Amino acid sequence: MTQFLSLLLNGLSLGAIYALIALGFVIIFKASEVVSFTHGSLLLLGAYSIARLSEPLGFLLAVLVGLVFTALAAFLIERFIINRLRGAPVISLAIVTIGVDIILLTELIRRIGPDILNVPHPWGGESVRIGGIGITQNRLIAMVVAGVLIALFFVAFKYSSWGVAMRASAEDGETAALMGIRQGRVSALAWVVAGVLAGVAALFLVGSPTPGVSSAVYATALRAFPAAILGGLDSTGGALVGGLLIGVAESLAAGYQENLLFLGRGFGEVVPYVVMIAVLLVRPSGLFGTKELTRV
Amino acid sequence: MSEQTVSRQAGASRATSATPTRPGRAGRRPGTVVKWVLVAALLLFLLVFPLYFDEFWLRTGFAVFGAAIGAIGLNLLVGTTGQLSLAHAFFLAVGAVSYTYISGESGGLGTRAALQGLGLPPIVGMVVGVLLAGLAGLVFSPIAARLRGIYLGVASLGLVFIGVHVINTWTPVTGGFNGRAAPEFSLFGFTFGNSDPQLWVLGVPFREAERLWYLGLVLALAAYVFARNLLRSRPGRALQTLRDSEVAASVMGVNVQAYKARVFLVSSMYAGLSGVLYALSIGSIAPESFTLVVSIQYLAMIVLGGLGSVGGAALGALFVTALPLLFQQYADVLPLVSAPGQGGISAGFAARFLYGAAIILIVLFEPAGLAGIAQRLTSRFRRGRAPARGGVSTPPPEQPGSAPTPSDRPAQGSETR
Repeated sequence: MTQFLSLLLNGLSLGAIYALIALGFVIIFKASEVVSFTHGSLLLLGAYSIARLSEPLGFLLAVLVGLVFTALAAFLIERFIINRLRGAPVISLAIVTIGVDIILLTELIRRIGPDILNVPHPWGGESVRIGGIGITQNRLIAMVVAGVLIALFFVAFKYSSWGVAMRASAEDGETAALMGIRQGRVSALAWVVAGVLAGVAALFLVGSPTPGVSSAVYATALRAFPAAILGGLDSTGGALVGGLLIGVAESLAAGYQENLLFLGRGFGEVVPYVVMIAVLLVRPSGLFGTKELTRV
Repeated sequence: MSEQTVSRQAGASRATSATPTRPGRAGRRPGTVVKWVLVAALLLFLLVFPLYFDEFWLRTGFAVFGAAIGAIGLNLLVGTTGQLSLAHAFFLAVGAVSYTYISGESGGLGTRAALQGLGLPPIVGMVVGVLLAGLAGLVFSPIAARLRGIYLGVASLGLVFIGVHVINTWTPVTGGFNGRAAPEFSLFGFTFGNSDPQLWVLGVPFREAERLWYLGLVLALAAYVFARNLLRSRPGRALQTLRDSEVAASVMGVNVQAYKARVFLVSSMYAGLSGVLYALSIGSIAPESFTLVVSIQYLAMIVLGGLGSVGGAALGALFVTALPLLFQQYADVLPLVSAPGQGGISAGFAARFLYGAAIILIVLFEPAGLAGIAQRLTSRFRRGRAPARGGVSTPPPEQPGSAPTPSDRPAQGSETR
């Protein structure tokens, strides 16, 4: 039972990080109808900048600059590529983000090489015990920060003028534009927010129990894709639920690996995709996604 | 909406440009003759290639043939039918693993667990590998049929990770993490190896590379012709309608689910064959040969070549496959590129930068890809040569797919988005 609770808690904390990434993914999709395959490398960019800059700048400043970098990268991608392709088919847009991803990822992997860059989190690698359940401080802080950020986001999404503008554009871009909502600005801001969220996720994703920044972080970031998909690509609440679900599933599968040996070692890393495919079989638009009404 | 016509026009114009070659329709024009001469010259060039070029070029060529088959298959799915799939690496893996398992020998290798293999003739392994890959596609298609557009893209991503996991885990069949050697190909006693029988043609020794070149050439040509014919036939039209609008297709009497299942079947069979050729070209299979990167490479090929264009897919395969190999070969001559571990950018990275940038530029400026550029060049050439082309611009009535083409020069108009 203790093991189960511990795995559950650790899964939730991992899921909170996934939820941050998935939320960015969903915001971008809502604002500009783009499925951003660059998200994995954006996250790696954040992690890499934080790791490289924390030596000369100190941890706190490095995190800030890292967040600015990811946000800036997202902004530039939106301005120079996505914005020019407004109205293009979803597949072309997805493919162009894959192109960006190839370039960004190649450069980052080339710079990181086979090394594992250490990020000197002030909270270190210690773990705390809550009623017999162990969790690293990093993951605990991640859970709190993610919770606060996600709550903030939902409040802003609901009440701020940016949130209203964005929801209006997502509902019907043309009408929103006629009402004086500047689509370009909404979309750019969405990318920036998604970039910041990815940067924050990166900060915690490379902390304990993960050893540090390596090219493997990219694979971890990719697992937020199934989270966004199974929640429903156009549902912000779905991203949260999907993230937590994927995190818990992965943690449980990894924790009970010994009982699942017939599925092979490292099955935990595949579980998110298995869960996603299973959910999509039952609900093709994800758990909370808008159903498409055409039947053919 | 209108941007969808881009690739449709490209597809349609291929059909129109082909019509004059039919006897009785518009006669033989100078452009057609030039075209056939070019095709014949290309074929001749490919046929005598092994007599003049060394092993590096032949090996590269064989890899390109294999990749072209896979790219043509993916293009049927993504370009023609509009089903974004990132699962291609998975289907390649099914083909490659099946071939190695069926035609490989059982036996232990060093300290590792004993490998299993059926030891059947390689041609059986190839055929069954293709069929199994097709079966895998067919099994996945009910899932795919329910998902639309981007959901399918990400769901198919899942297959790749599951596939790599299986290859890593199922050691007796796949060789596990370290992979296993792929058996040499042979056909009715004629091995595609270095000897047995010894062979000289015009004084050139025909060893493994030369023999594989012809194998790849024949298979790639067959794959090319099949895909072109498929696209011009009734099912091809149905698939294109499916891409443009599922509702419209359904109204026109196209059985949407059945056609989606079939195109998945065909596309993954292509992938399976490509996987077998890949195993032959590398000589072994390993998990890292079938990762997401590979899927993305195939996507890059068809985007660069031009979505929906069969010839474009082959061109794209040439570009994406040959580039890293060329960079590797000429690392010391090229600026910026260097051999691994000497500063600079290594060949693989340089190639990836290049085709990443190429993807972005193509999507931004020339959505019809290399095929679109070629199309524009030839039509410009034709306009200069043969101003009278009355019979060409009107598509024959039995080709509903080409209806939106007002002229046979679509590349210019298609830039508007």
